[in-house]
Amino acid sequence: MAHATATTATEQDVWNGGVSPLGASYGKLMMWFFLLSDAFTFSGLLITYGLVRAAHPAFTGAVDAFVFSHEYWPIPEKVFEAVPFLHGISLPLVFVGIMTFILIMSSVTMVLAVEAGHRMDRKAVEKWMLWTILGGITFLSCQAWEWAHFIAGTDTPTLFKDFVNGQWITKEVVGANLHVNQYGPQDFADFFFFITGFHGFHVFSGVLLNFLIYYNTVTGVYQRRGHYEMVEKVGLYWHFVDLVWVFVFTFFYLV
Amino acid sequence: MAHHSEETEITVLPPDKEKIKKLWTVAGILGLLTAFEFLIAFTMHHGPAKTAIFVVMTIVKAGYIVGEFMHLRYEVKVLFWAIMVPIVFIVWMLVAFVYEGMKLSDINFL
Repeated sequence: MAHATATTATEQDVWNGGVSPLGASYGKLMMWFFLLSDAFTFSGLLITYGLVRAAHPAFTGAVDAFVFSHEYWPIPEKVFEAVPFLHGISLPLVFVGIMTFILIMSSVTMVLAVEAGHRMDRKAVEKWMLWTILGGITFLSCQAWEWAHFIAGTDTPTLFKDFVNGQWITKEVVGANLHVNQYGPQDFADFFFFITGFHGFHVFSGVLLNFLIYYNTVTGVYQRRGHYEMVEKVGLYWHFVDLVWVFVFTFFYLV
Repeated sequence: MAHHSEETEITVLPPDKEKIKKLWTVAGILGLLTAFEFLIAFTMHHGPAKTAIFVVMTIVKAGYIVGEFMHLRYEVKVLFWAIMVPIVFIVWMLVAFVYEGMKLSDINFL
């Protein structure tokens, strides 16, 4: 690896070949630039959410008086207030808080795997990679439940007025999908599925990559190679997924 | 299968206690910030001030994740700026699109 050579080279030969001016290997650089492009993709989704949300009227009354309606954008803490095994109890944002905690913890175990890789400590890399994979799978399971609950809806249906064939009718809506949404404007459900779905797919890919790294560590591929840089590269991806969740958490669930 | 019989000696270094402690400190800070966000979520009224607090805290959290966990703070300056500078486009996009959204709200477009 061509680490540290850049710092010893004199100013004029830094960009003339033979050294790494950015002080990182090709693979690591490409991971960084991929993540930058991925950041743009997620920004596209989240910023469009911001646009559509700003274009809708906000709910202005007291939080306790909030009811689902097509007239205004829902308050997220009134939509996401369910926790598995605690049916009927209002626990706003608790479950999504647990999910956030799980993802941050799996980021920590990942960075500990990277640290162990620097020390060529195969056993420790295996241990921390397993914890990271476990965290990823737990997060995905939580998200599966969250989706199932969002799609299935609440106990009491929301009543919406709709103009059909020249007259006003009242419709009962339970749950949400890409056609109906009991929680508010249709766009809200669509963004929920697209943003958390796109992020969830990233987590899923991350778990697969983490498993690959774990497998290669167990079979001694990196030990024979003499370095654990692959752990670092996949680690970058995994932290990025955590980073995106921090933004999704704030802009979708809190604001 | 080509197997190297003369496997090179692998020296496993002991854990870097200081570094690991620092990582857990960062994890603690991230946890605390998230807990604080929860506190704000249920004690403050919805409005620009609340949103501003959330945005600032999210940026602080992002800074810790990218800087410490992803190690960007310790990379060569050129790499650091090569990643940071393009973010300005995201900021521009955010400002432009949310402003657009507010204008759409004014004319009752949706």
